[in-house]
Amino acid sequence: MKTLILSGFGTNCERETALACRLAGGAEVEVRHITEIYRADPQGRLTLDAYHFLVLAGGFLDGDDLGSARACANRFRYLSVPGGGTFLDQLVGFIRSGRLVLGICNGFQLLVKLGLLPGLAEGQGRQQATLAPNANGRFEDRWVRLAPDSASSCVFTRGIEGIELPVRHGEGRLIGEDDGLVAGLMERGLVPLRYALEDGTPTEAYPHNPNGSPHGAASLCNATGTVMGLMPHPEAYHRRTNHPRWTRMDDTGDDGDGLRIFRNAYEHLANADFAAA
Amino acid sequence: MIHRIEIVTAPRHTDPRGEWVRHHAQMFSGLKLAAVRTCDVYAFDSEAIAAGRGRSGHDGKLEAETLHDLGGELFADPILHEVYADGGALERIGFDWYVEVGFLPGVTDNLGRTAKESLQYRLGSGWAEGHQVHSATGYFLTGDLEPEDVARLAREWLANELIQSTLIMAKGEVAGCRDKLFRLPRMELTAPVRVETVTLGDRAAMEAISESRLLALNDEEMAAIQSYYARDAVRRARSAAGLGPDPTDVELEVLAQTWSEHCKHKIFNAEIEYTDEQGRTEIIRSLFDTYIRGTTDRVREAHGERDWCLSVFVDNAGVVKFDDDWSFVFKVETHNSPSALDPYGGALTGIVGVNRDPFGTGRGAELLFNTDVFCFASPFHEAPLPPRLLHPRRIYEGVRLGVEHGGNKSGIPTINGSLTFHERFLGQPLVFCGTGGIMPASLGGRPSHEKWVSPGHRVVMVGGRVGKDGIHGATFSSRELDERSPVSAVQIGDPITQKKMFDFLIVARDRALYTAITDNGAGGLSSSVGEMATFCGGAEIHLDRAPLKYPGLQPWEIFISESQERMTLAVSPDHIPELLELARAMDVEATDLGQFTDSGYLRAWHDGRVVLLLDMDFLHHGVPTMRIKARWQPPIPHEPNSPATEDAGAVLIALLGRLNICSKESVVRRYDHEVQGASVVKPLVGVADDGPSDAAVIRPVLESNRGLAVAHGICPRYSDFDTHAMAGCAVDEAVRSLVAVGADPEQIAGLDNFCWCDPLPSPTNPDAEFKAAQLVRAAQALAEVCEAYGVPLISGKDSMKNDYVWEGRRLSILPTLLFSAVGIVEDVRRCVTMDVKAPGDGVYLIGDTRREMGGSEYHAHLGVSAGDVPRVLAHQARHWYRALAGAIRNGWVRSAHDCSDGGLAVALAESAFAGGFGMDLRLGELAREEGLSSDELLFSETPSRLVVTVASQHIDDFEAHLDGLPCHCLGHVSESARLRITGDSGETWLEVSLADLKAAWQETLREM
Repeated sequence: MKTLILSGFGTNCERETALACRLAGGAEVEVRHITEIYRADPQGRLTLDAYHFLVLAGGFLDGDDLGSARACANRFRYLSVPGGGTFLDQLVGFIRSGRLVLGICNGFQLLVKLGLLPGLAEGQGRQQATLAPNANGRFEDRWVRLAPDSASSCVFTRGIEGIELPVRHGEGRLIGEDDGLVAGLMERGLVPLRYALEDGTPTEAYPHNPNGSPHGAASLCNATGTVMGLMPHPEAYHRRTNHPRWTRMDDTGDDGDGLRIFRNAYEHLANADFAAA
Repeated sequence: MIHRIEIVTAPRHTDPRGEWVRHHAQMFSGLKLAAVRTCDVYAFDSEAIAAGRGRSGHDGKLEAETLHDLGGELFADPILHEVYADGGALERIGFDWYVEVGFLPGVTDNLGRTAKESLQYRLGSGWAEGHQVHSATGYFLTGDLEPEDVARLAREWLANELIQSTLIMAKGEVAGCRDKLFRLPRMELTAPVRVETVTLGDRAAMEAISESRLLALNDEEMAAIQSYYARDAVRRARSAAGLGPDPTDVELEVLAQTWSEHCKHKIFNAEIEYTDEQGRTEIIRSLFDTYIRGTTDRVREAHGERDWCLSVFVDNAGVVKFDDDWSFVFKVETHNSPSALDPYGGALTGIVGVNRDPFGTGRGAELLFNTDVFCFASPFHEAPLPPRLLHPRRIYEGVRLGVEHGGNKSGIPTINGSLTFHERFLGQPLVFCGTGGIMPASLGGRPSHEKWVSPGHRVVMVGGRVGKDGIHGATFSSRELDERSPVSAVQIGDPITQKKMFDFLIVARDRALYTAITDNGAGGLSSSVGEMATFCGGAEIHLDRAPLKYPGLQPWEIFISESQERMTLAVSPDHIPELLELARAMDVEATDLGQFTDSGYLRAWHDGRVVLLLDMDFLHHGVPTMRIKARWQPPIPHEPNSPATEDAGAVLIALLGRLNICSKESVVRRYDHEVQGASVVKPLVGVADDGPSDAAVIRPVLESNRGLAVAHGICPRYSDFDTHAMAGCAVDEAVRSLVAVGADPEQIAGLDNFCWCDPLPSPTNPDAEFKAAQLVRAAQALAEVCEAYGVPLISGKDSMKNDYVWEGRRLSILPTLLFSAVGIVEDVRRCVTMDVKAPGDGVYLIGDTRREMGGSEYHAHLGVSAGDVPRVLAHQARHWYRALAGAIRNGWVRSAHDCSDGGLAVALAESAFAGGFGMDLRLGELAREEGLSSDELLFSETPSRLVVTVASQHIDDFEAHLDGLPCHCLGHVSESARLRITGDSGETWLEVSLADLKAAWQETLREM
């Protein structure tokens, strides 16, 4: 099973994301630069064919100019790949074949702005939702508690009952093109993680909900559960010592809880059978 | 034809940028606005879109519908935004006043560049060379404002006139002013490109040349230049190169940059005649050699085989050994003058600029973390300001945001920093930015911290293009700020261009495509090429091959421009094709400008002619040694007694809310402090993630448990008493903070950053000799404390002209040493944080307390300016630092917190409320032993002290381990949520709830 993590143009979590993948059982994990997609030389050109799991890591693609991930969405949507088509075409094929995509923070913003989340079927490639500026207008780095939707078919959150992870963003308020969109997605199990209070109750209250997302929505997945985007950073909790209060907690081994999301991906892949991309 | 695409947040959504303006205008400028909506404007010439692509009309005009489509497809968020074109937004949106803020010609426009790239993706190849997209921000203001109110709002909150243009229109004026919306800030340089020859003339003439060209060269330096040009050998060599006997403007400018205080550190290398208060005089030949390099030499020798320094004072940053496989690199810089003029751009450039130092060290390090330390005047300052100075609150906001963008967008965590406030930073803020990096100990079989250049190697410039921005940055920062300070010295950095360059350079480094790398910072190419040329003895470059942002730059401008995001490489000719191909593939510009030689000369061509020929030895060693007089007289009389107060609890509450002590969480949270996944001890710790950590700890190699702790010390409040105390306390505070989190005191390295007021005499600077003496004393203390602690200095920087001069008056900063330190943590899983952990744990104070209230926050609160200033007794403290480190290693310590600003009471309060448990303490006996009043024990700022808590099962071991050292049991952590301190017979000194303490500490800067 091969994992691809895209880097370049301002991504900045590729290294720890690769480590999290390896610690979670990823055997072949490659970090490749976005410019490799557009290489004239077919030998050096990157395509998605050989991979089973794509991670769009966190960062500041193109400096958040034009709004988070917008410029990279324009790149993937409009810039021609020398072999023909666009990278968005490749992404659509990859998703349709049932392979896994995880978008973290800026990667989530990219998936939403490419119209790949909430899902291809839902939006026909059109952007249906967005991650608007945080309600308090500030970029913030803070740890939050997340409550999973146990009824969701999301591959990545299976078996997770509650998890703490850091958020580090200025644009994370998930809103739909109409007010009912997120509620409707929740009913269908397409909002796998929500910001929650200490007791696990989803919340809209700051700072537990750091950006003011209605219903506390922190993530989205597609109908098959194979594509997930989330604002918090699971790769940033790959070790116990990443937790801000680890010096106050019992020693339960070196692993951080964030690895569970990646382990779920590899467990799914171990049992999966793909159609051709 | 000029067109505009206008993107406006739809009315049903909040507009945080507009809300920010409304809030600040009301709170701080007293201007009441009913509403502010904002828009992003993208303007460009339709000529840029080549005809025949079916998107432009027959006469070159773009149809409004087409513009609308492009805006919707590329620039707008369909959920959040409305799209307008060609002024449509002004017709459709209600407002009383419209303000549009764009960039002046030539100022870096990152948003415009990204917008252009997106248009290029959309339009394919149809984009004509030389055209840009220009971004601007529009503000639709609703409210009852007079024209002068709008102008003031624009000046105070929306625009910086040094780099931005402002267009203001009332509702009714729009139709008449429409054409003003359709102007592009194109850089059009019309002066003919040529090289001037400068006749030096007599002393007065030379002074005039230095002044008018902003060269910042003094009489001796000009005379040295004159005698160089009079040498026979020089005349012959010049004649052979086709040059006349007089210097070219290129040569003079390059000499001035290379010899600037900023680049050459003439004051730190001066011969100083120092007279102390007893009238004893000594000659100090170079503060740098004596107290900095000398200290490191002595410490390294004392460490013997355990010496871990690899490369110190010879490169852009210091290098020490992290472990057998990795080397650690660290540098801290200041960016004070630019941040005074343009806080956002200055600070942004400061952080992305210092990033290039570790990257330009050895053969290049990957960047691990940033640190930032700011010194400002109070953001609540109310008195009138001297001309041209920005309000400290604006500086605070701008600097904070600049570092936020510079750090976060570069993907480098900001793990340590602080804010220090004092009214003396009104004339010039201090903005310290540091970056740590890591590189494999060896690359291709050679130590990675080595670089080399051979004759014949090519000079390759990589990254951004050259423009007029940042001309004279080095000489500008070598003068004091005044009312006429030049705009051209301001630049705006671009973290994304730099990140793309670093992505490319790391690949090139690992493929061994270059042998040396250095950054283009102060002095630009002249400095980077000039320095690299010393490795082989010369270089020759073609200035006209350098890629320019726009045509028309003079050759001297190309050579010294400090345009950002550029590095210079030395590349073997064999590797040139592969390097250039890799750059092209990774979308990075790389240009072969010339070659390195062993000719003994730096030579530059433009347009086929030699325009500069300078002897390498003269360029680098020709600057005359400066001679400075320094005279020390203790300024504040000895006054050991301190006033007592009635209610220690109320004083503690007041101290916790003071600017220098209060929580900086509102700033800390806006810096990503854990990207890269290495975080072990964060800046905010404790039960609610909000206690003030002493130091940061990271795991630089994610697969290893070996860690690195990072901290700093800064105590300018003590400078008015004695800079010796100020500097000693800064070093001690940094070292102690590292020990508190679990670093090994035997493996600590330091960096010194001196920010001083001018120690050279002038009519407006009558006490220059005193300032020079302050400098000597600080350097002496730095040396003494570092040597006592066994801390080598591995890098540093000085900034010597932090004054603001106007109308013959001078506003000087408090002389300030920032001491940054890193320490090795053998196993990060043993780290300790500052928050108390559990009721019943014993509370200890390690270290003696003396009556040292001079310059304390307690005295500042009471308005007292006398007292004895805190002094470091490093030869004693080193023993308890070692003992504490041992106790932490053994797992006996549950929390440790340094006692600094505000003294013991503040440290106890912080540990308690961060941990969520109270304390029950009895301090009477200790006060009696130390001969102190209760206020003195609670609020004295004696250094080298820590508050430690120990679990009951380890108390015997802990006490035995520290036997014979000053380690005082104060009481225990309690179940109650109160800090309770009593005297000998149980009488209450202080009893306050944790909630009240924390609220006072968090309130002051919460909304900033």
